[in-house]
Amino acid sequence: MLAFIIKRTINAIFVMLSVTFLAFIIFQFVGDPVRQMLNEQATQAQRDALRDKLGLNDPFLVQFGKFVGNAVQGDFGVSFRNQQDVMTMIADRFPATFELVLVATFISIVVGMPLGVLTAIRRRSWYAESLQFVSIIGISLPSFVVGIGLILVFSVWLGWFPAFGRGDTVDIGWWSTGLLTSSGRMALFLPALSLSLFQITLVMRLVRAEMLEVLRADFIKFARARGIPARVVHFRHALRNTLMPVVTMTAMQFGGLIAFALVTETVFQWPGMGLLFIQAVTFVDVPIMAAYLCVVAFIFVFLNAVVDMTYAIIDPRLRGSEQ
Amino acid sequence: MANLEHRKPAAQPTRLQRFFDGDLWWSFKSHKAAVGAAIVLLVLIVTAFLAPVLSPQNPYDLSSLELWNAELPPVWIEGGRLPFLLGTDVQGRDIVSGILYGTRISIIIGIASVAVSLVVGILFGLIAGYFGGWVDNLLMRIGDVLLSIPIILVAILVSSIAQAFLPPHLREAGVAAVLVLSIAMYSWVQYARVVRAQTMVERRKEYVMASKLVGTPARRLMLKHILPNTMTPIFVTATLNFGLAILIEATLSFLGVGMPPNQPSLGTLIRIGNQYLFSGSWWIVLFPSLQLCLLVVAVNMLGDWLRDALNPKLR
Repeated sequence: MLAFIIKRTINAIFVMLSVTFLAFIIFQFVGDPVRQMLNEQATQAQRDALRDKLGLNDPFLVQFGKFVGNAVQGDFGVSFRNQQDVMTMIADRFPATFELVLVATFISIVVGMPLGVLTAIRRRSWYAESLQFVSIIGISLPSFVVGIGLILVFSVWLGWFPAFGRGDTVDIGWWSTGLLTSSGRMALFLPALSLSLFQITLVMRLVRAEMLEVLRADFIKFARARGIPARVVHFRHALRNTLMPVVTMTAMQFGGLIAFALVTETVFQWPGMGLLFIQAVTFVDVPIMAAYLCVVAFIFVFLNAVVDMTYAIIDPRLRGSEQ
Repeated sequence: MANLEHRKPAAQPTRLQRFFDGDLWWSFKSHKAAVGAAIVLLVLIVTAFLAPVLSPQNPYDLSSLELWNAELPPVWIEGGRLPFLLGTDVQGRDIVSGILYGTRISIIIGIASVAVSLVVGILFGLIAGYFGGWVDNLLMRIGDVLLSIPIILVAILVSSIAQAFLPPHLREAGVAAVLVLSIAMYSWVQYARVVRAQTMVERRKEYVMASKLVGTPARRLMLKHILPNTMTPIFVTATLNFGLAILIEATLSFLGVGMPPNQPSLGTLIRIGNQYLFSGSWWIVLFPSLQLCLLVVAVNMLGDWLRDALNPKLR
């Protein structure tokens, strides 16, 4: 058990190191910071002095070591564009992204699970078959097209929801939330829906597949034979056994959604980390790009590792197969 | 076995005949969604590659654009007129022509990135599976790392940074190549994993052993003997990845790190149209979006059917 946890942690650290290395390479690639920090008239001696001071003459590995050291402490330097501390900028934007992803995940479970159960227990009915058919379309639709479509219909034509921004927010400590004001909730609705659509179809297909598997099991037949009502069999006996994979997938997708939210944020001009990143990409603002990459990758890798470990604790069979 | 009856015993059936007699074709014919998707896809591909013939205007030729044709609505709406069937954008560019040329770019980039990742993935998978040991470890760890970073991030970073450093005279041609590479960089891992797993099974089988004894070189063993036996799952993955590649390309272009406005793919067209969403010119964004959806849905539906049809467990 312990060996597995250690192994999984080392694996996660290795992945994070590789990601940091990628971020570091970006820094190396993009221009000479000395030229950006000194003016045109600076002498060669001044340049050399600054190079020395910044540690740019150190061996490659030493520089990388320093970069990792700083990154671990959350220090990615200042933005090239507006000279603010990068980590503060990202932390300011984090609540917006987090709330968006949280609500999207919530929607996907609340909508996706019943649909999955329905398509599994009424497998041959016309609505189950058409839902299954529609779900392929749902998986194929590009998320930004869905967002634009929602804006076109609900903002431009019907005028029900705002098309951009976050509405009014309330500060609770350093966390700014849009969930407590009605304009914040209205603004959240379309982006969250557009982000969750893909997720809904994923949850639905997963629940359906798992339900079909479980419904074939002997204990379900036995429960039916005992005369337990179908509703109880389906929801209490069968659905409960499909929850585990759904929870796993939701947790694993959460990190991916945080990364993918950047598309939704661009469509809806949602002031989250992703929008910050895309704006930084346009201006080749490397510190922000590198910091965002590391932060998102960390969330992603961390969640995956936690899910794997939880699984190993709950299900001992997995420990053996890891060898 | 209905196909046994109408096969003439004497003549050896050609490859094409065998295909039309086979299970795959039968399964295809009886699957309505797959037939529909195939027809749609065929129409999209043919019209896209006939774009120079079919479209009323060359959207790349700035001299053919007339500003008084700008922002015309589709013909069935008051103010629209032929030949601008679906209207024009703010520069007077015909939407239909833009879509046809854009689809062509999207399809080419999709095919190219699938091809690149196929070649790289198959090669690495064969090498890793056949030789094993540290080569296998190294290649698979690289793949693991790539798969543990969200795909969209990698693609955005690679494509934006590579584009910033393209020398100006290469920028026109280079952008597409950069896009292809940034998409392929991620998806080769899937092929490599599939091929590797299959190769590890195959290389222990007797026919490979026998061939080895005769002295067949490793390269020939891998390509001629083992590779053909790994092709079925590869085929399915490639189809589904083709849809994914088109999607990623469109997303990158939409975010502004993909194809530039002077060589617009469908994603670029949607990005441009998105700016006029609130000015009432909804057709600039709507029709390219619909075309993109149609393309990806058709590819994925075909891939979905193929996966089920080739899956031995479902037979």
